[in-house]
Amino acid sequence: MCSLALFPPPLPSGQTTLCESNNELLSGTSTEDRPKQVRFTAAVLPLSLYFPRESLKLHSRTESSSKAAFLDHSETLWMRSAAAWRDGGLTGLLTEITNSHTEVPKWLSVSSGCTLALLRWISSFHGSLFPHLTLSSEDMIAEFSQVLNWSDCVVRAFSWHPHTDKFAVALLDDSIKIYNPKSATTPTLKHRLQRSVAAVQWKPLCASALAVACQNCLLVWHVDPCSLSTRPSSGCAQVLSHPGHSPVTSIAWSPSGSLLVSASPVDTAVMVWDVAAESCVPLQRLGGGGVTFLSWSPDGSHVLASTPSTLFRVWETRMWTCERWPCVKGRCQSGCWSPDGSRLLFTVQGETVIYALTFTDAPGSPGIPTGSSKGPQAAAVVADLSETTFNTPDGDIIQYYTGVIFSVSFNNSSQSVSVFSGDPQAVDRPAIIAVFKTRTNPIFELLPCGFVQGEPGAEPRLMQFHPNFQHGALLTVCWSTGRITHVPFYFLSTGVPHFGLSGSPLLPRLQERPSAFANQSLFTELIS
Amino acid sequence: MFSTEQSCWFVRKVICWRAAASIAWAVLLLPPITAVFIILSRFSFLHPIHTISECLSLLTSASAIFSFILLCGVILMVGFLNLEYYTVIPTIACSKIALLGQLLHPRQFVSSVVHCIMGIIVAWCCAITIGGRYETLGYPCIQSDGSPQMCLNEYQLILLLAGAFVGFSHSLLGVIHNMNYVSFHTVQQYKYLRFKGSLPLVVKCSAIQALYSIRNYIVVYFFLGYIPRAWICKTLNLHLTSSAHPLDSIAGLLDLSLFYHLWISATFLLFTWYITLLLFRIFVTEVYSFPVQSSFTEDAHQCLPKVLLTDKQPMILKFLALQDLALLSQHSPSRRCEVFSLSQPGGHPHNWNAISGECLSLLADLTQRLVAYHDTVATNGRAKSLSTGSERKTSSETSVTSGTEDLMSPRPTLLMKTPASVFARSIVGGPQSPLTAPFTPDLDSPFASPALRRLTAPVEQCSPWHGTVQSPHIMRRAPKLWSTSTDSQVNGSFPPSPASVPSPKQEASKPSLLAQFLQNRKEQLPEASSQALFADSQAHIWALEGLSYLVQASFSEDHFGVVQTALPSILSCMLVLQEAVDRHFKLPHASSKPVRSTSSIGDSTYKTLRFALRATLKTAIYRITTTFGDHLNAVQMSAEHRKRLQQFLEYKE
Repeated sequence: MCSLALFPPPLPSGQTTLCESNNELLSGTSTEDRPKQVRFTAAVLPLSLYFPRESLKLHSRTESSSKAAFLDHSETLWMRSAAAWRDGGLTGLLTEITNSHTEVPKWLSVSSGCTLALLRWISSFHGSLFPHLTLSSEDMIAEFSQVLNWSDCVVRAFSWHPHTDKFAVALLDDSIKIYNPKSATTPTLKHRLQRSVAAVQWKPLCASALAVACQNCLLVWHVDPCSLSTRPSSGCAQVLSHPGHSPVTSIAWSPSGSLLVSASPVDTAVMVWDVAAESCVPLQRLGGGGVTFLSWSPDGSHVLASTPSTLFRVWETRMWTCERWPCVKGRCQSGCWSPDGSRLLFTVQGETVIYALTFTDAPGSPGIPTGSSKGPQAAAVVADLSETTFNTPDGDIIQYYTGVIFSVSFNNSSQSVSVFSGDPQAVDRPAIIAVFKTRTNPIFELLPCGFVQGEPGAEPRLMQFHPNFQHGALLTVCWSTGRITHVPFYFLSTGVPHFGLSGSPLLPRLQERPSAFANQSLFTELIS
Repeated sequence: MFSTEQSCWFVRKVICWRAAASIAWAVLLLPPITAVFIILSRFSFLHPIHTISECLSLLTSASAIFSFILLCGVILMVGFLNLEYYTVIPTIACSKIALLGQLLHPRQFVSSVVHCIMGIIVAWCCAITIGGRYETLGYPCIQSDGSPQMCLNEYQLILLLAGAFVGFSHSLLGVIHNMNYVSFHTVQQYKYLRFKGSLPLVVKCSAIQALYSIRNYIVVYFFLGYIPRAWICKTLNLHLTSSAHPLDSIAGLLDLSLFYHLWISATFLLFTWYITLLLFRIFVTEVYSFPVQSSFTEDAHQCLPKVLLTDKQPMILKFLALQDLALLSQHSPSRRCEVFSLSQPGGHPHNWNAISGECLSLLADLTQRLVAYHDTVATNGRAKSLSTGSERKTSSETSVTSGTEDLMSPRPTLLMKTPASVFARSIVGGPQSPLTAPFTPDLDSPFASPALRRLTAPVEQCSPWHGTVQSPHIMRRAPKLWSTSTDSQVNGSFPPSPASVPSPKQEASKPSLLAQFLQNRKEQLPEASSQALFADSQAHIWALEGLSYLVQASFSEDHFGVVQTALPSILSCMLVLQEAVDRHFKLPHASSKPVRSTSSIGDSTYKTLRFALRATLKTAIYRITTTFGDHLNAVQMSAEHRKRLQQFLEYKE
């Protein structure tokens, strides 16, 4: 098993990680410090962006709170009841009737009061089973989003296009900007329903469609890449909504581009959308109290669906059956699939380790839907990211505490995994990004690579790998300052392993049998 | 004949068994549904224990068993009607006149009458189970002169008539909402899970629909209720009591308990029927796995390439085969391997040729349909004269078949040529009795939409590769129920155009009035013509998916290079279709989204098929371009197509 103690010591403060080359994370204070051979390819890097918080026009108060500014307007009971029914549903109606006890018959107000109390009691009972249901929808998104401190973060969601060099950024002011290095226009997407964006994702095998998870619905934007318009009209967006399915915290396109799944922590069903037809199939499974995070495996065969309680499911997408995976300690916070779809890495809240599950493909039996694909029996721990101390050259001791492993991300060519961990509650302990290298042959291992560090005072909030970076891997990090930077990893070739603990080539040792370096506590997995 | 025998095997061996299984499940579900109905209809809050014991004793009584047998009979009948009337390609009325024509169709009339009768039977069973004042139609009473006689129990009458009304409105709504249309789901699920998933929707739909029907029924009964009452009294020699006030008054109808019982009975009726329909849909659309190749010659006609190729067959067979193709190309490497394999003596890729050829001809057919439609609309709705029509045909054809000529010229295989042939579901392939074509838009009738017919006409007349072979089939297949005069046919199909004005038939004044009337009512539902154009597009979607996945897989799995030979034609076929679809979506109303109705059991998937097709088409082209990348530059194609393909390679579409 790999642990943080094996990592090279972090950079001195003031230094920023620029790129990786020769298995070393190179640092500097500005872009000019890049080594020459790296600068050669740096021309292909997409631009870094900076969104200062002041530049964003934030929303003023929400609509409901503006009520106090107006004079009280007396309406008839009927009008008020109708309005309450429209705004607040049954609970609103009952509250309205109970409150206006002077106008309604006594039995009506008393009975509605009793019903209301009963409803509250039942919902509090339900809420005690699933505490997240008592959160407001903004808090719920903040709790389950893949972004650290979502409610305070300038960049709320980020997505690379799966095939090209363009990406979409969702900002704090509920707008989405699309950057394309090949075009001068940066379209800004705004929609009446586009509020509290929790996730964005581009549709695979398509140039234009972008799915957005919003507070009340899903939006699918169709942004014509050839259009010169900077403000596509809201007519370009499809609105997908289903009663009881909000807020949406996670979305995932199928790699074949045909289906979109969405999840809400309030709804126990995973929605499978046929976007073109705007129809959905709810996949209802009780237990868990909702679905928080979805991740579709790159080969399209499995979907990870985590719930707010200590349980996650892995759906098989052929006949849409699922396996239940109860966790011991906490809920599954994040997960990612290896590019061949055979391995799932996931993290659990409350534990500072990364688990791996291996899925072996059932032999393709013709015709017969294989529901009996033999899954793994238990998850194996592949990395431990618990508290470590490093002695820096200046003699300081940096303590790395990892409260929650926030998100895990696999890069496309399966060469590196980056892990982003931090604790939203602990202010004094900064979040870190640790990068591992992986090797799948002959056994699956995680090997340490280094820490990615930003400007002084900047904490990582969100990260994503570029899906098809030509020169290796490209990790995009959104920082708490509102800056988005890209850290390239230049792998020499995919075949030859270039792993080392301190930059020195370790080839001879790694070519030995795995058992030879078992004492180095690298993770080894038995192939059964 | 070989093909009729073949369609028989599928209907006989698969469809019938599936229908039987669905009906059996519906019958098995009947006891719990009835039990719930009894409890709901007789429950009283004051005596809950008493109600339950009463219900238990009722469930075991003889009358309950008798009514249960009746209900089983009704379910069997409903299941049979489902089997008889279902279609995988919806009938879309392009104008209100056409819709009226569908509603007045004799076949539809028969169905309405049967539904009415079944409604009465179910309502009678409900009346028996609810008991109390609903139990009998007549009861002994003392007339004012003191003589004992039988009086009419209006409570049972109102319940029975409610059953008839709900049954009738169910069958009418079935036509309007295309309830007999069976759609295929994109998400495959096991039958039980699908049933469980859609059960809440069925409950909701039946309750809401029952509420609306009962509301309408009460209005109708208030105004016209005295007619059936007087008729029943007369026929059965019953009397009306003067003491009880009649129910077709405001005071009589303002009876909450009566309303509740009417509503719960209607809900029960609709729920059992909807469940039967739902089970039928689930069973009949289940994936059927066809073998790609068989080692026994007697099973050869059941293999996927043969099934796809054969002409005369039930549409459901073709759809299931295409669905199976799409799934196998996506999920099953071993079956893909069989598709790419060569025949043992000779080494010809027969499987691949047959499959790809059929898919391409399906797509080319759609392209041609779109081009024809676009040309018709572009000339402001006027049908062109025949000479310009054929000229246009040749020009469009060159663009359609530029790369695919070798594949499609000799084969008269297409069943899905035109909406005319498309819409006729031939459950038994051969000479068709009128009864086997359900709700078919009788293209010969004056009510069929002129737009539709205009569409079909040029294709039938001047298409070179299937004109001679195909049109007799179409002529034969078209139902001859409406024996219309040729006058109205001509007037309907060719709205007055300069070319057809001098024809002698136009001089008669009456047909031209009718023609004008039809012309005025023609484009009332503008979106519908676009829907009708894409009515069978589920097949095209599968063909696109199947082809693109196979091509993608061929990049690594095709050892003999059989796919490479067809790659230029596949690409050009898709690009031409893409162009036609793009042009179609530029038409007014084509890209307007239909209103979603959630409270109807009728499947409205067909309304959005054109959007699904557009998305699938783009994805399919992208799938090929992303897989092959720059290798596509080596593929031979015209400059125009290359330009278009370049757009896809650069992700600019």
